[in-house]
Amino acid sequence: MAATAEKNVKNPRQPMPEQDAKIRARNFLEVPTGYTMKMAQAEAARCLQCKKPACVTGCPVGVDIPGFIDLIAQGDMTGAIRNLWTKNALPAVCGRVCPQEVQCEGNCIVGKKGEPVAIGNLERFCADYEREHGTGELPPKAGPTGKKVAVVGSGPSGLTVAGDLITKGHDVTIFEAFHKPGGVLVYGIPEFRLPKAIVAQEVHFLERLGVDLQCNAVVGRTVSLDELFEQGYDAIYVGVGAGLPRFMNIPGENLVGILSANEYLTRANLMKAYKYPEVDTPIPIGKNVVVLGAGNVAMDSARTAMRLGAESVKIVYRRSRDEMPARKAEIHHAEEEGIELFLLTNPTKYLGNDKGRLTGMECLRMELGEPDASGRRRPVAVKGSEFEIACDLCIVAVGSGANPLLTSETPDMKLNKWGNVMADAKTGKTTKKGVWAGGDIVTGAATVILAMGAGRDAANSIDDYLTLGW
Amino acid sequence: MFKIVKREEMAEGTVILNEIEAPLIAKKAKPGQFVILKANEEGERIPLTMADTDPVKGTITIIYMVVGKSTAIFRDLKIGDCYQDVIGPLGKATHLEKVGKVICVGGGTGVAVLHPITRGLKEVGNDVTCIIGARNKGLLILEEQMKAASHDLRVCTDDGSYGHHGFVTDVLKEALQAGDINLVVAIGPVPMMKAVSNLTKEFNVPTLVSLNPIMVDGTGMCGGCRVTIGGETKFACVDGPEFDGHKVDYDELILRLRAYQEDEKKSHQAYCALHNAG
Repeated sequence: MAATAEKNVKNPRQPMPEQDAKIRARNFLEVPTGYTMKMAQAEAARCLQCKKPACVTGCPVGVDIPGFIDLIAQGDMTGAIRNLWTKNALPAVCGRVCPQEVQCEGNCIVGKKGEPVAIGNLERFCADYEREHGTGELPPKAGPTGKKVAVVGSGPSGLTVAGDLITKGHDVTIFEAFHKPGGVLVYGIPEFRLPKAIVAQEVHFLERLGVDLQCNAVVGRTVSLDELFEQGYDAIYVGVGAGLPRFMNIPGENLVGILSANEYLTRANLMKAYKYPEVDTPIPIGKNVVVLGAGNVAMDSARTAMRLGAESVKIVYRRSRDEMPARKAEIHHAEEEGIELFLLTNPTKYLGNDKGRLTGMECLRMELGEPDASGRRRPVAVKGSEFEIACDLCIVAVGSGANPLLTSETPDMKLNKWGNVMADAKTGKTTKKGVWAGGDIVTGAATVILAMGAGRDAANSIDDYLTLGW
Repeated sequence: MFKIVKREEMAEGTVILNEIEAPLIAKKAKPGQFVILKANEEGERIPLTMADTDPVKGTITIIYMVVGKSTAIFRDLKIGDCYQDVIGPLGKATHLEKVGKVICVGGGTGVAVLHPITRGLKEVGNDVTCIIGARNKGLLILEEQMKAASHDLRVCTDDGSYGHHGFVTDVLKEALQAGDINLVVAIGPVPMMKAVSNLTKEFNVPTLVSLNPIMVDGTGMCGGCRVTIGGETKFACVDGPEFDGHKVDYDELILRLRAYQEDEKKSHQAYCALHNAG
């Protein structure tokens, strides 16, 4: 067992070793390099092992946090990863990309007086340890039920559903539109934040459990939901993600040199264009880059542009620092790498040359007024504050809407007024019998772990349906 | 993996036909729709509109011109070789209905895309005239097939080596002047589609064109293929690829197609140097 509580709380949180900011700003290697066993056990010893753990209530998939941390403290790494797997099929991913500061770590009792236990770093350590030193032994699986489930989309929610249902004994096939599985984990989140080999490993883990993976399958085009039922699937989970890029809708937006973050990151991550010309997909290299938006996707875009050799990268955001939706750690990393924040700034039009290429943008200074519907203070333009920013590449990262490719082909699955699939908040059931949905296609663009939480709920409901009925 | 079961060289080896095993796509595809192909692990995703499908054999046919590294890699695939990835069918199908007299105008490899559309328009009962063109006789493709797919075929070459000496628009203009044309479908290089659209606008004849902007995913996710149609931004991959030719901003499309021109030139040269081929 861990040592006494009083003593542990006073120990400082183990810092995560990282690549130096100057060096990493020009390479695509992962930024945090991970705990050593010694660091992980020292950090695990800081956990109070609360009887009513507040951290767990902050976790959308209810990981047994004190349980797996205690196993690390005891040096039982096989036990720790097995404990994690019971609630989370993607610990290597979640340990890296979850917003822990507003979830588990935000609720940690140790954090009330000092710094919270580094739960995310420990989760990551467990998964990495298993990958590098583990036995490869699979968790137990229930006997076959003879029921077939189709999972549409191989992003975080789809992978969670697949992992949960395969261990309950159902037959699971994942249909992925892209040529590689992983969804946003592969096309969206950059290598330096989530190495693709790790995603491939987590997907391979599901394949070893028996999940069948069909890439290049665009459900809604290659095959419809009704055809999947005709092929003998008993239930379908739709987790296709948001996938419709929003633009600013200001003049000049179709100039060459303006890309959606989806396109920019897909080229860089899925197509590995950062290795061009070793690979065949090119990516525009900006000298002076502007990224519009201030969420995690904006940070990922800005940091990618810096790594591709930009002289300057500016985040342009119409609100102030307090309203930036990105994780604090991402903003911190971006600033360390030399990315400038142009806050309270709103572009009004793009400027181009006679070759149709971007040369800059006109912006207005903003100030914060009264709170708006979202509860955030509304940015108001300052009259006469027009100014120009010179740039040759602009990445638009102002959010994603619902992609209608599948939903427009499925009229009996009801949508809300924004085009998101209407699904029961507790079960994920849609208005179409035998079809569940979850993740960004239901909620609009959110986080990996919320999508996984929705997947968990839907998987439970699908299991009930397959064993008890609709 | 998607196996090549038939391969032909056309237009003096500059244009290649591949018939590829892709049963799921072949079953679903309709005229006007496209697929995305990727040759190998490092490959680029290349969108190509299908020239034919055979749902019984489970194959699709693509016809493409070798213009850069990616299409040079495609060219070097032999019968029995595989494309690593083929995705589709994507985009909206051509709306095939009986409207009366139709003229189908094709240039370059656009003729390949035009072929199933022409056949479809004839099958639903239209009176279909075809005008196809190329720089010279040797570069002309699918003449026999287009003759069979239409009621009347006119051929043009820029250098006069075969058929009418001049552009497809010359022949089209005569046909439009003769009157009562209900629809023109034009598929080919952007300047050709622009010239055809300008001409048909004078005669007030509805015109359909098929656009081929740069794209990555082909499912509406990246927005790289945005085109301006009647002042509004559309995604060619999901809203198209066919649009009202009179509303397309061709000049913007031409500039956007040049986005990676320098990169494309360099990588093609490097590939050719390495493989010692044209």
